[in-house]
Amino acid sequence: MGKYVLKRLGQSLIVVFIVTVIVFGLMHMLPGDPVQIYLGDTATEEQVEYYTKMFGLDQPLYVQYLRWIGGLFKGEMGRSITYSLDVKELLLRRVGCTLSVTFPAFVLALIIGVCLGVVTATHRGKPLDSLLTSIANIGIATPTFWIGMILVYFFGLKLKWLPVQGYVPFAESPSGFLKCLVMPVFVLTLGHLSSNTRQTRSSMLEVVSQDFIRTARAKGLNENTVIYKHALRNALIPIVTMMGGAVGGLIGGTVAIEKLFNISGVGSLMLTAIINKDYMVVQNVTFVIAVVVVLCNLLIDILYGYIDPRIRVE
Amino acid sequence: MEHLIEVRNLHTEFKQSKGILKAVNGVSYYLDPGEIVAFVGESGSGKSVTQYSGVQLIASPPGKITEGEILFEGKNLLSYGQNSEELRKVRGGKIGIVFQEPMSTLNPVMTIGNQLTESVMLHLKMDKKQAMERAVELLKKVRIPDPESRLKAYPHQFSGGMRQRIVIAMALSCNPKLLIADEATTALDVTTQAQILDLMQDIVKESNTAMVMVTHNLSIVARYAQRVYVMYAGEIVEHGTTEEIFKNPRHPYTMGLMNAVPGLNDPKERKLIPIHGFVTNLVDRKDECTFRNRCPYATAECAERATPGLVKVPGEDGHFAACHRTITRDTKVEKHFDTMERSYTARDYSKLTDADKILDVQDLKVYFPVYKGLIRKKVADVKAVDGVSFEVYKGETFGLVGESGCGKSTVARTVLRLNDATGGRIIFNGDDITGLDDAKMRPYRRNMSMIFQDPYGSLDPRQRAGDIVMEPMKNFDIGLSQEQMDKRVDELFELVGLDPAYRERVPHEFSGGQRQRLVIARAISTNPSFIVCDEAISALDVSIQAQVINLLEELQQKLGLTYLFIAHDLSVVRHISDRVAVMYLGQMVEFADWNSLYSNPLHPYTKSLLEAVPVPDPVLEKTRERQIVQGEVPSPMQRPPGCAFSTRCPHATEKCRTEMPVLREGADGHKVACHMI
Ligand SMILES: Nc1ncnc2c1ncn2[C@@H]1O[C@H](COP(=O)(O)OP(=O)(O)O)[C@@H](O)[C@H]1O
Ligand code: SF4
Ligand code: SF4
Ligand SMILES: [Mg+2]
Repeated sequence: MGKYVLKRLGQSLIVVFIVTVIVFGLMHMLPGDPVQIYLGDTATEEQVEYYTKMFGLDQPLYVQYLRWIGGLFKGEMGRSITYSLDVKELLLRRVGCTLSVTFPAFVLALIIGVCLGVVTATHRGKPLDSLLTSIANIGIATPTFWIGMILVYFFGLKLKWLPVQGYVPFAESPSGFLKCLVMPVFVLTLGHLSSNTRQTRSSMLEVVSQDFIRTARAKGLNENTVIYKHALRNALIPIVTMMGGAVGGLIGGTVAIEKLFNISGVGSLMLTAIINKDYMVVQNVTFVIAVVVVLCNLLIDILYGYIDPRIRVE
Repeated sequence: MEHLIEVRNLHTEFKQSKGILKAVNGVSYYLDPGEIVAFVGESGSGKSVTQYSGVQLIASPPGKITEGEILFEGKNLLSYGQNSEELRKVRGGKIGIVFQEPMSTLNPVMTIGNQLTESVMLHLKMDKKQAMERAVELLKKVRIPDPESRLKAYPHQFSGGMRQRIVIAMALSCNPKLLIADEATTALDVTTQAQILDLMQDIVKESNTAMVMVTHNLSIVARYAQRVYVMYAGEIVEHGTTEEIFKNPRHPYTMGLMNAVPGLNDPKERKLIPIHGFVTNLVDRKDECTFRNRCPYATAECAERATPGLVKVPGEDGHFAACHRTITRDTKVEKHFDTMERSYTARDYSKLTDADKILDVQDLKVYFPVYKGLIRKKVADVKAVDGVSFEVYKGETFGLVGESGCGKSTVARTVLRLNDATGGRIIFNGDDITGLDDAKMRPYRRNMSMIFQDPYGSLDPRQRAGDIVMEPMKNFDIGLSQEQMDKRVDELFELVGLDPAYRERVPHEFSGGQRQRLVIARAISTNPSFIVCDEAISALDVSIQAQVINLLEELQQKLGLTYLFIAHDLSVVRHISDRVAVMYLGQMVEFADWNSLYSNPLHPYTKSLLEAVPVPDPVLEKTRERQIVQGEVPSPMQRPPGCAFSTRCPHATEKCRTEMPVLREGADGHKVACHMI
């Protein structure tokens, strides 16, 4: 197993390396000069030259690239032109924000989705199944953004139970932190819940019709043991596979959520940075996201091997 | 006397979109402790539903038991709820079940130790440690080598035969009073089948467990069962002791089943007599004899009267048949659906020359590389085929037998150039085709084709039947216009006995037998002269098997086809083949014409294969001494040094273990590779 993980880690490193090359190349190919954007139209030639030199943008591209990568090895991420801040600091703050929305949403969507999927599958054809399945279908068809706005209108503006938008760090006020997260987490969870439910339902139904479930019943096991011990673990195999893709989707989804609830997370940071051609920010955010996605997929692979002994590597 | 289980007037229905399907229609039977009772009939005759109804293992909805009583140890199981505590105590605790498909009956993500201990802990109230000991004991009993360490293994780490042993261990784990074996060995090799059936018989005899043996193989019935229930269309049509049923069958369906299977002692001229037609649609059944549309003895009287009930056969104890007429083997047949004999003329092989050869395989070797590690370094070769030579003459049927994993399919695929040969030569119609690339192979391809085991898996589910048959003609561009091809498709449909009106259907709208006909039509569409049949009839019911075999023979006569016929059913191979080769672990160990091979088998492996085949005659089976070969085919990765069979051969000596025997030719071209001969 250890050898397998090492091998996969090696592959992951290569993927991350390729991502850094692509993002670096893309950023520098796009038209526009970050210093020019930062200083505005009124900047003098000397000012531009000065700043370009300061950020090292006068160097050949490969030097810039190597500097960036070299910095990464030392744990440095350079400076943001737009924010005039150390990118690492900036990122750390923003990542905390984003994670406190996405992580709970991911876990909740998974747990609730799987539970609902099992319930609908075991009640197949009964009213409960029809009800939950229709709700799930509505959930898939409705844009989360729209649901978010309705929520904001009712709970934020009408009832005034929850803050309309914004983010309060946990250290400042734990209750404020929780309150402002309720809606974004809810909306993001909802977006992924439906597909998890449907996936679990179909995967469960498929497993339940298989021969070994009949064997389990023929042993005289009670229905709960049959479903939770025998069926669920098999049904999880395709769901775990799906989770790999979901990580990427979740990161995309936060951009919209951050915008809607005015949370300064990684998503909004990235948007501003792209518009301003803030090289270091875009490159490093992409790098971090790539590392996270790659690690999650590695984790999923290991989990996969744990759930399904047939692909376990000896 | 009270029976262990007594089922009275059982009715089970399935709700379908087209109506109510009465799958089991008034079935009554019983078993006494320690008895082995067989249920025979074609697939779809309701054998399994009958058995699963008793323990309420049928899916409901759509299934429903509408009537009847199932008395087990005096209590009516149908009075219990489907998931009630009481019923679950019986299920697994007192009634154990072994299912058909060993590849899918075990949970792939649980260790077999956990799967075995689960029911033991539940029903025998053991703790984990005791249960583990019990599991080891059970695995020993079903002869799984090295049971302690195997507890932690997962199902995919076992062969099919081993898995079925584990399922048996599971079914027996709580000392049940009744064991239901539903087609438990149908999917297995003859040798494994014999090993497992003997094992089950020993265990149930020893523990006085009653056993229901559900099967469509009459020979198995003859060997193991004391009593037989013959089921047709959800009803029991005949019932009696095994001897009575075989000596004096009284129902036309029972006779039909017996006539459809080839035996190991049949004269070569005997033609298999398939049961004509199909099972009547069980949705909205009418009150009449359900076998009437297929019955060769049906008279006007049968059409007028209601469903016949089981009536005692006079003069025979406990022999019942459900037929309005008194039919015996001597009764005159009212309606012949087919001719009764076929002509068979043996060829004189000594007169044949090279020009008569369609295929000449010389020292064929097929190795598959095994890779390992990060850089995928080649570490070894799997020698799937290692030095096989044979020739096939035009117009003959060349049989190839051996247990699964012996390399039969690899030979076939390589001959058709679907695999590359590692060494040796393949000469087809006088041309060496061993190294030809795809483009150069094309003209040869249209002259050879293949029929596979699974008629469903080899058909595109969305393609229409007509297009399926037309496809190879288009592919190989055999120079016909669209209209000509259309016409040829109709002709081909008629040739294989399919209504050309079915052209527009998709595969799932055909029955298993019809699908195999469709595959045959496709295989002969480009007018090939050489066809490989790889287990082409293994998945079919006996009567349909007979139809397809007859069709293959008919086509051979009409079109002068040559077959390379691979099957694990030795009786079928004997029936159809002119000459037969036996393969073991990638090598040919014996080769002869069908008669010499079957009447005078020389190689110990051939002998053990033949010994493992049960014969459909209970009297003969009783007196037959047989020594079932133990163990399984070793992996080609661990091929024993010396004679490959030496690990299982009862006559193995020191020489056998070190020196590889060569294939030597004896009288009449009978070849064998064994030091003893
Ligand atoms: N593509 C392949 N790669 C590795 N091993 C193979 C491959 N195809 C067949 N084998 C091995 O070759 C042996 C013979 O297989 P096969 O020709 O399928 O036997 P049979 O037809 O008697 O069942 C088996 O042990 C099988 O595992
Ligand atoms: S009742 Fe008539 S149709 Fe039915 S099996 Fe007997 S002879 Fe045949
Ligand atoms: S060579 Fe020896 S081991 Fe092989 S089949 Fe003959 S007697 Fe048995
Ligand atoms: Mg095969």
